[in-house]
Amino acid sequence: MKADFLARLQRARAADRAVAVATRLTDGAQFLHPEDGLPAPLAAAADAALASDAAASLPHEGAPWFIQPHNPRLRLIVVGAVHVAQALVPMALGLGFAVTVVDPRRAFATEERFGTGVTLVDEWPDEAMERLAPDARTAIVTLTHDPKLDDPALEVALRSPAFYIGALGSRRTHAKRVARLAEAGLPEEAMARIAAPVGLAIGAVTAPEIALSIMAEIVARRRGAALAGR
Amino acid sequence: MSDQEDILATAAGWLAEGETVALATVVETWGSSPRPAGSHLAVTASGRLAGSVSGGCIEGAVAEAARRTMADGTPQLLDFGISDERAWEVGLACGGKLKVFVEKLEGQAA
Repeated sequence: MKADFLARLQRARAADRAVAVATRLTDGAQFLHPEDGLPAPLAAAADAALASDAAASLPHEGAPWFIQPHNPRLRLIVVGAVHVAQALVPMALGLGFAVTVVDPRRAFATEERFGTGVTLVDEWPDEAMERLAPDARTAIVTLTHDPKLDDPALEVALRSPAFYIGALGSRRTHAKRVARLAEAGLPEEAMARIAAPVGLAIGAVTAPEIALSIMAEIVARRRGAALAGR
Repeated sequence: MSDQEDILATAAGWLAEGETVALATVVETWGSSPRPAGSHLAVTASGRLAGSVSGGCIEGAVAEAARRTMADGTPQLLDFGISDERAWEVGLACGGKLKVFVEKLEGQAA
């Protein structure tokens, strides 16, 4: 890989642009999609690789080619800079997520508690969520236990195409939450998107165990594993 | 903790430190290969390793081949598999087959 090509690729990745690298395997010639204007069959394969987030190989004009998609990182928005969040954040970073922690309570969302690899936001959750605009590559987890903070975040989350929406709290807590959200006008089918109690049922007790169960469920949902269904 | 799958970032970091770096990429798999296409192994001439292209079965052979690519800059397309005994003595215990592309990462002002 040529130095200027690596630099272009790294710039695109740093800017969270979706790009794909097309490599001719006979001589290592490389092109960056979409900016290098690939021939139509290779461009189509690059678009498909980005859409499926899976690498592909194909022949083109008598040579084998390899297509490597580089999608922007998946996002995780954590509402509530609480103890469980402190365990969740490093796991999510290790799994490749870009992580944002939202908590308007200044004592919680601090760099001392979360380090520098994460974006800390001290706005109210509804304002923060509107600004962060969750997309289909975003997971959202509410952890505050406080309806004043969790509910407004969930209202925005449930109107977004986020691929995972989880809310910490017992079955009883969640039943009350659903009742409140229904009163706020959210339809039944929207509520069914909330994973609650949050995380896979692995009998988690400690904060790191709860974080593990949440990340396991997010991965399962992302990969379409059977156990992600509730 | 950083993303443990972002081998390219690790390799670019080594390059910036002045290391000679090769990047190996799984480009095709058949059967039960442990690592999907797109998986990277980065190696340096000084012997540093990051990532993987298998469950550990062929990393040594890939690193060995990468020495040649780092020396002359020519990319290689390697075939590994239990059925291919001509070029490589290493096989995959899982019975899978895979192709690995090895390229040199060129530093700025090379």
